[in-house]
Amino acid sequence: MAVKSERSSAGRAGLKALYHKELADHLSSRRFFIILLLIYITSFASLYGAMSGISEAAQSDSHYLFLKLYTTSSNSIPSFASFIALLGPFIGMTLGFDAINGERMGGTLNRLVAQPIYRDAIIIGKFLAGSTVIAITVFSMGIAVGALGMLGTGLVPQLEEVLRIVIFLMFTCIYISFWLGVSILFSVICRHSATSAMSVIALWIFFSIFMSLIASIIANAVFPISTDVEALFNSYNNYTWELNLNRLSPYYLYSEAVSTILSPTVRSINVVTVSQLEGAVSGYLSLGQSLLLVWPHLTGLAALMLASFAISYVGFMRQEIRSS
Amino acid sequence: MDRTIIRTEKLTKIYGTKTAVKQLDLSIRDGEIFGLLGPNGAGKTTTILMLLGLTEPTYGNAFIKDLNCTRNSLAIKRIVGYLPDNVGFYPDMTGRENLYFTGRLNGLEEKLIHERAEMLLARVGMTHAADQKTGTYSKGMKQRLGIADVLMKDPQVIIMDEPTLGIDPEGMRQLLALMQDLSKQDGRTLLISSHQLYQIQQVCDRVGIFVGGSLIACGEIGELGRQVQSQNHYLLELSVSPQDENILGAVRHMPGVEEVTPDGDMIMIQSSQDIRPSITATLGAGGYTILHMHQRGGDLDEIYRLYFEKAGENSDESSSGSTKTHKTISGFGSKIRKKLRRQSRA
Repeated sequence: MAVKSERSSAGRAGLKALYHKELADHLSSRRFFIILLLIYITSFASLYGAMSGISEAAQSDSHYLFLKLYTTSSNSIPSFASFIALLGPFIGMTLGFDAINGERMGGTLNRLVAQPIYRDAIIIGKFLAGSTVIAITVFSMGIAVGALGMLGTGLVPQLEEVLRIVIFLMFTCIYISFWLGVSILFSVICRHSATSAMSVIALWIFFSIFMSLIASIIANAVFPISTDVEALFNSYNNYTWELNLNRLSPYYLYSEAVSTILSPTVRSINVVTVSQLEGAVSGYLSLGQSLLLVWPHLTGLAALMLASFAISYVGFMRQEIRSS
Repeated sequence: MDRTIIRTEKLTKIYGTKTAVKQLDLSIRDGEIFGLLGPNGAGKTTTILMLLGLTEPTYGNAFIKDLNCTRNSLAIKRIVGYLPDNVGFYPDMTGRENLYFTGRLNGLEEKLIHERAEMLLARVGMTHAADQKTGTYSKGMKQRLGIADVLMKDPQVIIMDEPTLGIDPEGMRQLLALMQDLSKQDGRTLLISSHQLYQIQQVCDRVGIFVGGSLIACGEIGELGRQVQSQNHYLLELSVSPQDENILGAVRHMPGVEEVTPDGDMIMIQSSQDIRPSITATLGAGGYTILHMHQRGGDLDEIYRLYFEKAGENSDESSSGSTKTHKTISGFGSKIRKKLRRQSRA
């Protein structure tokens, strides 16, 4: 019994030491500093855009104005939410792309596995430290944008708006942690960190840009809508297919979820027919209802994140540790 | 005193179609320095990884202090220090921070970590560079820090994989002295794998020669040399003045001589016993001057060189002859002879 508890405490000590070291490494690395700078500049640019466009937006709908700071885009600058959807994965990738193969190349991995720690402590420590850094970044950024928005516009958020923003930021953490998981996965698979960085960037570009093109190509091939007659029969199916295919992409999943959370006016995320809309009263969804709408997105994203981590975990545990 | 601390039983590792380690039966005594000598790709690193529980053997077992290396790998890693080849450190941390980190991974008390790190830095002579980032370290400095790193957990067994690679002569001398210290003063057991035999044989109590995944010979160095010699395959290089036909005839008729081949200005004499005393007398009586006389095959350097140069091309031959493990030293001897013959012909 005593032996057992001693063992588990040693394993925990290893995880703790690794977690602290990884965290310190990330926070003091130049790479992370550059990425943070980039993300901060773009988010303040988007805030600037939102502040210049918000008076226009207020004229059409003056409710939930504070949330509009995060979603309004001006003519040339995308909104904060869409910036994060596009650039957020970059944080995750930067933190994880050389997690394992960097250690392997540096000759530190075999020194590490020769210590009396459980092998999974290495990869768990890395993932947890990465997620912590992501959470710190996302929350500090979101709060900074909100604070500057308050100062700049004089708007004061209501409780519901604050809650929606917190949920939005939590979503963002999970989304970016998914990309952290993917990049760690590639760092387990690929021998060189350059290869893993390229692979994960390729995947990111694919999901953010090409997935929507492929979704529409497939939808149009299965349910063509080129003629009027075809459009009459197929347009519902065509649209549903395209939507569902798009939702395979974490980028789309996240964007859809976030726009629902941040805009209470979004009442449905699927296709709505005219007959369904008949007699509907225009209004806002409560926070609970908005959450209900994107609950599948949240679970889907969390599942993707865990799956990517689980695959890299299994891959790492089965891998042989050799120096060269 | 002769307590076995590391023991393997028919340890075997097969990668696909290639057998990296073949039925290895090894036993290493407490407190000795054991040299695992063999060419690259002989399976030394694989054996070490199996001892540390980092690789699972295909079959067979390995034990350190009666702990099964595969099943109790965490307990093993607590008492075994491992210095990998090409040891690396986190380049953005100083040498001291790297040692602290290792101490924390071992779950040591913070106070003990600081004391021990200081003591070890002094011991390996790295105190002056302890606050430099390890990214600036030279290969030799990394190696010394690596040894301090291994000692952080105060291990009973230290396994070093190619520790002498890329170290300058002075560094080598210090490293070897340190190894001896670790064994004789601290009473730790050292297992050193290397293909640089000349250096390693100076400190090893016993060596095992490892080729093609099998242990071909194992024992004290002097004993190995004698065993090799007693297998009646003495080869003498002789150069005399004047060199004429008579001498070949004279030597050929000496007792124990099996074969005499002129080779340039050398004469190669193969015999079943040490003929140096008798040949000196014969030649002296005949008025010959001995210019050069060298017993080949007798010194270990020669054996090593032959083994390691030929190990690659003769891998199937050596594997067929060596499955009988180290007990059958005669197989070893006959092979040496074959190789010597081939070389003398060339």
